[in-house]
Amino acid sequence: MVNQSLEGGLSKAPKVLLLSSSGGHWTQMLRLLPAFESMNMTFACTDEKYRETVPEYPFYSIPDASMDSKLMLVWQAIKVFFLLLRVKPDVVVSTGASSGFFALLFAKKMGKKTIWLDSLANVDKLSLSGSRIAPYADMYLTQWPHLAKPEGPKYLGAVL
Amino acid sequence: MIFVTVGTQLPFDRLIKRLDKWAEAHPEHEVFAQIGEGGFKPKFIKFKEKIGPIEFARHFDQAELIVAHVGMGTIIAGLENSKSMVLVPRKSGLGEHRSDHQLDTARKFEHFDLISIVEDINLLDEAIEASLKRDANVFDKAPLQASPELIEGIRSFVLSD
Repeated sequence: MVNQSLEGGLSKAPKVLLLSSSGGHWTQMLRLLPAFESMNMTFACTDEKYRETVPEYPFYSIPDASMDSKLMLVWQAIKVFFLLLRVKPDVVVSTGASSGFFALLFAKKMGKKTIWLDSLANVDKLSLSGSRIAPYADMYLTQWPHLAKPEGPKYLGAVL
Repeated sequence: MIFVTVGTQLPFDRLIKRLDKWAEAHPEHEVFAQIGEGGFKPKFIKFKEKIGPIEFARHFDQAELIVAHVGMGTIIAGLENSKSMVLVPRKSGLGEHRSDHQLDTARKFEHFDLISIVEDINLLDEAIEASLKRDANVFDKAPLQASPELIEGIRSFVLSD
């Protein structure tokens, strides 16, 4: 049940950082929120304007980047690293894209729990980030059953 | 109002140019477009390069028809709001994206009654006109939640030791 309070004698609610790029990745990530009900959620997005979609939660913006600019990717990775030091989450969740890849990579090395849900847009194969995230994703999920494999990603369902 | 959106990443000149021509020929229809940064600027369509998520939701709510690239943000918002959508996949061969994944996404979502996929831009006008005649309210809305198994699976994982 999603609505019940935190079960099992946890001394405090886990701190969850939900991070993605703007647009469809973000839309999909917000549809996961019932999974984190009554936990301590913090958000981060590549567009400051998305603060207004989660007004009741702490929000950080991070630089946007794509494979078209290696320099921006490096800058994004640095900012994501310092964001993790600042937020100190127990769990990091992302739907993509490069910012989520960096977040999971660093979070895994810091010993945090990591969750990757690859975008629904990736129908025939995993996203560029999603295809490289396996070593850093404790929970590694696709939203298409035909993309699931025994060694991961797993399919549990989709956001739609 | 027809709301046009090409997403957060790249302009989509092939679509916007065609729509600009259509809007010129159909002044009775109001069109508002989010066109992306650094691309073709239409003359017969009101537009902004970027809009925030709240403004996006407002245009979406007011629109009688959505014309867009095949983006997941658009598809989810369209199904949630039960809007007719005419969607044009970006093609990497024309420099419109880094891959052809929008063609694959299009094939997976074209079975929805609300969605018309237009691969040949020359067929856009008739797809728009057919969709404007269609009553979107007769179709069921998509479930507003992610699948319970996905939500429950993630929650259990987070709470496990």
